[in-house]
Amino acid sequence: MSIKISGVNKSFGDFAALTDVNLDLPSGQLTALLGPSGGGKSTLLRIIAGLELGDSGTVEIEGVDATGLPARKRNVGFVFQHYAAFRHMSVADNVGFGLKIRKRPKAEVRARTAEMLDLVHLSQFADRLPAQLSGGQRQRMALARALAIEPTVLLLDEPFGALDAKVRKELRDWLRRLHDEVHVTTVFVTHDQEEALEVADRIVVINNGRLEQEGTPDELYDHPAGEFVMSFLGPVTTLQGHLVRPHDLEVETHPFGDAVPGRVERLTRVGFEVRLDVRVPGEPATVLVTLTRADAARKELAADSDVWILPVPGASRVAVTGEVPVATEPELVAPAST
Amino acid sequence: MADRAERAAGTGRVRTVRQPSLLRWPLRIAVIVYLVLLVVWPVAIVAVKTFERGVGPVLDALAQPEVVFAFELSAANAFWAVVVNTVFGVGISLLLVRYEFPGRRALSALVDLPLSVSPVVVGLALLLVYSGRTGWFGPTLEHHGLQVIYAQPGMIMATAFVSLPLVIREVVPVLHEIGTEQEQAATSLGASPVQTFLRITLPAIRWALLYGVVLTLARSLGEFGAVNVVSGGVALRTQTATLLVQERYNQFGADNTTAAYAASFVLALLAIVALVVVSSLRPQERDR
Repeated sequence: MSIKISGVNKSFGDFAALTDVNLDLPSGQLTALLGPSGGGKSTLLRIIAGLELGDSGTVEIEGVDATGLPARKRNVGFVFQHYAAFRHMSVADNVGFGLKIRKRPKAEVRARTAEMLDLVHLSQFADRLPAQLSGGQRQRMALARALAIEPTVLLLDEPFGALDAKVRKELRDWLRRLHDEVHVTTVFVTHDQEEALEVADRIVVINNGRLEQEGTPDELYDHPAGEFVMSFLGPVTTLQGHLVRPHDLEVETHPFGDAVPGRVERLTRVGFEVRLDVRVPGEPATVLVTLTRADAARKELAADSDVWILPVPGASRVAVTGEVPVATEPELVAPAST
Repeated sequence: MADRAERAAGTGRVRTVRQPSLLRWPLRIAVIVYLVLLVVWPVAIVAVKTFERGVGPVLDALAQPEVVFAFELSAANAFWAVVVNTVFGVGISLLLVRYEFPGRRALSALVDLPLSVSPVVVGLALLLVYSGRTGWFGPTLEHHGLQVIYAQPGMIMATAFVSLPLVIREVVPVLHEIGTEQEQAATSLGASPVQTFLRITLPAIRWALLYGVVLTLARSLGEFGAVNVVSGGVALRTQTATLLVQERYNQFGADNTTAAYAASFVLALLAIVALVVVSSLRPQERDR
């Protein structure tokens, strides 16, 4: 195990940021710490980096107990949401900073800097100042700077959070490819479930300072441990006291199997997707069903159609306990990425 | 102001929020008249009076050993005050911005005290503490061979006291603005606290610091009240340039008057040079 976190607690005054967190992150993988803002995931990342100290518990990095080690001795690459570029240094000097601090020979610093700049496609900007770069370029520079010291682990705190949607998506793909090339154990913090599902090998869901669930993106999406994970990872709707994904509901204009009857109250088309708000007798709120546009057209669905709905076999279902307010739109639970 | 705002916006749209010209001209004239009566005219008179009898007597006056000594002493006091206030100013600024501790707000307010307290009171306070005969702490120091009052240490302390806030007030906002992320990034890249300060923090605040230093220098050279109390003002021993101006002006004789004016003129000139340096630093600070 590359990063081992045992019994970590952290509070800021009365606020418990982390409560008894135990976590093993395997070597060489790309892990996402996913959760809502203020849930403690950034605090956990900063404790791993040594930028914050836990109140109790231990942090082990590659078998070495790093709990009492200052940040500068942990050999951790850290990338900040707002880049933290050294504004008075050129791009090349930014990237070479860690090596100069380590008093490496000049030639080596130069060669390594050039190699890193090449890796992040910023070679032609080597002599510019960070202020002359775009947000995406600055974040790539910050990444090259963190990677230049050959860190044991690479930690990214909401690395794409300050970028606009398009650049964010590009950088996300690029981070995935970079990780496949470099293979350094990487942990990144995000509140964007789509980003986590798309990029990460493993996802750790953190909420209210507690670890909710960890696993591969598929495990989490298909077998959520509870209401929170279910509703945070994607859209959900409530049917017969269970949370179901709207696209896991089969809809027909005639009775079938155990399907429950209802009436389409509203039909919204969003690009390729059709969303139905179905009024089912006995349900407190309308049930959301999504299907493709072609599907909807074939079934001749329209507002006021009488329909029958049933979760498809193998659909992920979680019983509603009322602990988590469930929103029908994922945007209401977490800010969506686009 | 309006012109600059318009240029900054790069369009003529700012015109709509411009003050009507009806008000603009009276305002400008009022400001100009005010400045001329209060600043320009008196300073110009000093220059005129200085050179009333030609350049020769001025150069003679400035070559007098007492005058040379007074300027050297002023320069030395100002230098040490700048050194002390730069070191402590940066330290206190870091403390105020980067650390939370009980009494932080009180300290922040205390730092501004020298701006509001009369320098004469400052001098008197120093006298009460460090006076060699009657002071609270002075006799002890004097016993160990360190004379503070009526000597250079007291003058440097008085000068440093009155110019204390200038560096801090320049550096604190910049420290707030740059935040701690760059420093944290440097730390995670392996930099020690000293390396982080020298390579990251100091370069980030350098223009503000330089600005504060120039202001401190200008303020220190012109200090009169506090130094007057603690120095005794003995020519060739503890008389600074400002004290010399006062002494010579109160004495009879054209040569004395000329010396007073010549020294005043040099002091004013130094202040103007400082202002020019400061205003040439300002745009660079904004460019960052």
